Amino acid sequence: MAEEIKVIVFTLGTEEYGVEVDSVKTIERLVPITRVPKTFDFVKGVINLRGVVVPVIDLRGRFGLPEAAHTEHTRIIIVNVADMEVGFIVDTANDVIDLNTDLIESPPEVVGGVKAKYLRGVAKISNERLLIMLNLPEVLNKSEIIQLEEIGE
Amino acid sequence: MEMNQYLSMFIDESNDHLQSLNDNMMQLESNPEDISIVQVIFRSAHTLKGMSATMGFNDLASLTHQMENVLDLVRNNELKMNEFIFDTLFKSLDALENMVQDITQGGEGHADVTSIVEALQSIVRGDYGQAAAASVEPAAASNQNTTNGFRLDQYQYSVLEQSIQTGLTVFYLDVVIREDCVLKGVRAYMVFDALEQNGEVVKTNPSVQDIEQEKFDRSFSIYYISKIDQASLHQLISSISEIESVHILPVDNETLIHISQEDDEVNEATTQMQQAVQETAVTVDIPMTQPAAPASTPTPARTPSAGGNSSAQAASRTIRVDIDRLDVLMNLFSELLIDRVRLEQLASDLKSQDLTETVEHMARVSGDLQNIVLKLRMVPIDTVFNRFPRMIRDLAKSLDKKVDFVITGADTELDRTVIEEIGDPLVHLLRNAVDHGLESIADRVSAGKSDTGMLQLRAFHSGNHVFIEIEDDGQGINREKVLKIAIKNGVISSDEAKSMTDEQVYQLLFAAGFSTADKVSDISGRGVGLDVVKSKILSLGGNVSVDSNWGKGSKFSVQLPLTLSIISAMLVRVGDEKYALPLSSIVETVIIERKQIRHVHGTKMIDYRQSVIPIVSLAEIFDCPTADEEKESTEVVVIRKGDRLAAFMVDDFIGQSEIVLKSLGKYLTNIHGISGATILGDGQVALIIDPNALVK
Repeated sequence: MAEEIKVIVFTLGTEEYGVEVDSVKTIERLVPITRVPKTFDFVKGVINLRGVVVPVIDLRGRFGLPEAAHTEHTRIIIVNVADMEVGFIVDTANDVIDLNTDLIESPPEVVGGVKAKYLRGVAKISNERLLIMLNLPEVLNKSEIIQLEEIGE
Repeated sequence: MEMNQYLSMFIDESNDHLQSLNDNMMQLESNPEDISIVQVIFRSAHTLKGMSATMGFNDLASLTHQMENVLDLVRNNELKMNEFIFDTLFKSLDALENMVQDITQGGEGHADVTSIVEALQSIVRGDYGQAAAASVEPAAASNQNTTNGFRLDQYQYSVLEQSIQTGLTVFYLDVVIREDCVLKGVRAYMVFDALEQNGEVVKTNPSVQDIEQEKFDRSFSIYYISKIDQASLHQLISSISEIESVHILPVDNETLIHISQEDDEVNEATTQMQQAVQETAVTVDIPMTQPAAPASTPTPARTPSAGGNSSAQAASRTIRVDIDRLDVLMNLFSELLIDRVRLEQLASDLKSQDLTETVEHMARVSGDLQNIVLKLRMVPIDTVFNRFPRMIRDLAKSLDKKVDFVITGADTELDRTVIEEIGDPLVHLLRNAVDHGLESIADRVSAGKSDTGMLQLRAFHSGNHVFIEIEDDGQGINREKVLKIAIKNGVISSDEAKSMTDEQVYQLLFAAGFSTADKVSDISGRGVGLDVVKSKILSLGGNVSVDSNWGKGSKFSVQLPLTLSIISAMLVRVGDEKYALPLSSIVETVIIERKQIRHVHGTKMIDYRQSVIPIVSLAEIFDCPTADEEKESTEVVVIRKGDRLAAFMVDDFIGQSEIVLKSLGKYLTNIHGISGATILGDGQVALIIDPNALVK
């Protein structure tokens, strides 16, 4: 069942994460974000993506990591999952690699503070590099958000 | 199958034809003597038949074919329309609609229509219970004969017959190719080529395919429709080399029957599919050749029915576009607008005369373009109204009432999204009007009214709104009865009832679970309906009101926004953020001193024109981080929800502007107090406030 997939690599802090190229629409530099009131803290607001209004969430906030100040490397990865377009704010996004799906192992219970169900697995791409593959539908699953909020408090 | 790419076109066009069939049948019913309407109906049915046969929907094709047989007799004055025929034809239309519906949903369009087919056949035979007029008998019989004679050839037969009637000439050609000819197929092709430049080949013997593959001896015969005369036709074909002889015979109605019967055996070689394909080709061609034919053709179907005429023209002047593409166009256009604003800024910074002029020109052009893009989404409300006459007719028949249904303003244009939603509420209101509004014939007569009830459906523009009115001259709304039921159902108390205005009483009709009908009928009166109607219309940003005159009739008036995608809005600043407020709910803007704000039972209130209204700070509601609370005075927007007023404190008014409504995306739904977003000229996103959600 080995299969080569292309993966976009981005970082949150020191960890490297991956999402499949197929579910990524574009990667954008940071643009002005319009705050949306009365929603979750990690929802930073909405941006104008070439005429379409797209919500953006801070992936650090989503995973309960401390939020970091935005730098010139900060990127917004626009993903499209189950007809939902959402932007992820990440620290950097600068690599695309080929990954053999056999290398993805099921995730350990806790990785870098991110709960296992948000992860598709962990891929060891070299001795030093571990790539955490995200389970996008679960990341965007809103019914989980409420619980997450409670845990975060 | 490769037919799939044509399927959506087929469905669209079938629906158009069904609609025009329905419309024209209605016209014919009110005017049964007008044969020109029958011609139009026949043509629609005929095209529909051809299309369905081509697509392989044989049930559809055969039912239309049976209808055509009946219509054929009618238009040849061999059969008089009567109620039974109308009913059967309407039933057939319903069955056809169901089939097309089935096809739309991915089915095969199969349906059991034997009873309808039998009824249609009995009409053709003239033995449908009623004693048919003597004049009908021989005609029906002779028609029966011919159908037996060339069952397979029925399509071509009707095409030829139709052509003769529309003044075109039909020829029967026998072409013999010389014995020493080497490439018979090529010569035959040249003959066809020459013929097709001047008319339409309907039928060949042997089939076209066989001829092309040289599967014929030396001669072949052709049925041919053209407007050129016999001599020039002869000249045309003889001029092709290696043709030994050509025998041309003009065909009229009698010879047509005669010759076709001789040809019958060979016809069987041709498959039904080919016939259908050829036949569609012909039907497409006929309307094009018609204008070329002399204006004095004996069947000028178009002149009397102005409606049919304009719709035929409209059809050729429109194209179908996927609504998604329009949305994309709209998005791209708003991108362009943003760049334009940026360019204008650059031009003024650079102070270059040429650049400024170019940008100004671009601004004008893009302004015009904007109007066109916005107009593209507008659809005449006729697309909703056109199915109503048929519905009212059926309703009136089943309730045994007489209704004169008048539609005005069907060309009023509304945004596509509103059009899609407004159909059901209107159906409800119309059904109500016919069922509850209009009295039975006996009641009307005893009340001194004409036995035919008047039902009017009006649409018109007014300002930024479209109004749709449904007015009947029936019994009106009984105030006492409404109040009695409302009190019984616990909607209001009897004390409240006394002080209510008529308008307030009528609004009770829209309360949930309310119905004044004495008995529940199939059509309406289950108490679910008007409340659904109201909530639907409110959700579209509209409103519905009632006016009634006891004994004289009632009028339901629906007010709708012109479009859901573009609204006039007031842009305001709250802290560093910009928000848009729909202009439709703003009453006025004022500036007040902060010390004028009073605290009443924990709520902030202000005096406003002899009344006290609540005031809320948008900065507080939206947790704005940077709001200037220190200022002594504050800008206030007074908004209205129904008959209640409220005031919003904002930091600054930016101005009024037309904004394009956009959704926040599927990820962010149900944000309290926010109905959507828009993109401003500088490319920033501004949120649109939903005042209705903020005023309780």
